[in-house]
Amino acid sequence: MTELFMRSLPLLRSAVLMTIFLGLTSFVLGSTLGLLVALARVSSMGVLRALAFAYVSIFRGTPLLVQILLIYFGLPRYGLTLDPVPAALLALTMFSAAYLSENFRSGINAVDKGQWEAAMSLGMGYWKAMLRVILPQGLRIAIPPVGSRLIALIKDTSLASTITVVELTRVADQVGASTFRYMEMFLMVGIIYWGINQILTIVQTVLENRLSRRFV
Amino acid sequence: MNTDSRTVEVRGLSKAFGENHVLRGVDFSVSKGEVVVVMGPSGSGKTTLLRSLNFLEMPDAGTVTVCGIDVECAGSSKPSREHQKRIRAIRQRTAMVFQSFNLFAHRTALENVMEGPVSVKGVPRAQALERAMHLLTQVGLAAKADEYPGRLSGGQKQRVAIARALAMDPEVILFDEPTSALDPALREDVLNVMRDVAKLGMTMLIVTHEVRFARDVADRVVFMDGGVVAEDTTPQAFFGEGSSPRVRQFLHLIET
Repeated sequence: MTELFMRSLPLLRSAVLMTIFLGLTSFVLGSTLGLLVALARVSSMGVLRALAFAYVSIFRGTPLLVQILLIYFGLPRYGLTLDPVPAALLALTMFSAAYLSENFRSGINAVDKGQWEAAMSLGMGYWKAMLRVILPQGLRIAIPPVGSRLIALIKDTSLASTITVVELTRVADQVGASTFRYMEMFLMVGIIYWGINQILTIVQTVLENRLSRRFV
Repeated sequence: MNTDSRTVEVRGLSKAFGENHVLRGVDFSVSKGEVVVVMGPSGSGKTTLLRSLNFLEMPDAGTVTVCGIDVECAGSSKPSREHQKRIRAIRQRTAMVFQSFNLFAHRTALENVMEGPVSVKGVPRAQALERAMHLLTQVGLAAKADEYPGRLSGGQKQRVAIARALAMDPEVILFDEPTSALDPALREDVLNVMRDVAKLGMTMLIVTHEVRFARDVADRVVFMDGGVVAEDTTPQAFFGEGSSPRVRQFLHLIET
């Protein structure tokens, strides 16, 4: 196994980078979009709430693989052709935004309503209260589920292999096919996924402890 | 603008939660510099009345005039832009102290006191900080300036909340059962701070069951019963021998 590992190391190295790039980029973009969707979900405007609800319903209610295939193979019919990496990024972002918006929404809703009342009684408007009082507390509450989402997202990037993105799973598949040593290759990338996620878990725990030491 | 010395004036205020009519046409006022204590059995509408003054509850009918700004109440349907503007103007000129403190959990004691002046009134940070430090000293908590609320006792939290209210230079402070959530041992610290605030001439409207405090500090006692103002009188008369049977029954209940 060691010599196979050494032999495929150059391929694996760039594949790890691609996996991490896909995971982290779609996490950052998905968090941004997800936060906007969450704010729409808790807004007092019915239209925004309905749009946000529909968005979450669609992108959480259909398989990520279907979304990836739709974007990569389906959209060209309407003149929108995306390269594999942007297509995968787009699908991962839209998909994770749906889940993340629910994490953010539950965080926002978990903030005691007395915090709203205190902010309002000082004369803050809705947005000032939201940005200065509610969100900072709601986002902290959302850290554990958001962390889980990031870990799930790292694993979900493996689906990009289906549209020829050369990330970990695809490299394992290719090397496995050319050497007939599937078992060792998939075991290897399985361990790599696990390792990445262990590091992310540690980061999440540190972040959580640091913030909860500060208050409550 | 109102030119008389009424800081708070309420006419025909009504509010129902579903079938439960909590306020049934309340008339009542507070003059500048007055300390008014509101008492009454639970469910009599005291807290709802107080929360209607800064519109944390939207009354169904009646007029609220606070600091010369009047608002015609029309229930919980979405208030118009003009209404919202007036409500915010009222909120910026009043302050509220809550039963459950409601300090901003992600801000230190000092930051809690600075928050309103900096983010609502646009006071420069350095100036707000100096003032906040001064107010924390006034409530005896200068040493706790950098603690988060989670590490303060209930009594300390409430004193920070009073400092936060004072920092807004309000024309009236609304106290909603400020000592009800506190251990008896911690109440006196908070009540003493409130006595100091009263001495400074602050207009205060206080919902409380603290009889001794009301007797010592209040200029007037308003007794709410069944959603209306049943008595509006001096503490001497309210706590004296000549008070109504309903009041005596109530006082008997809270004093035991």
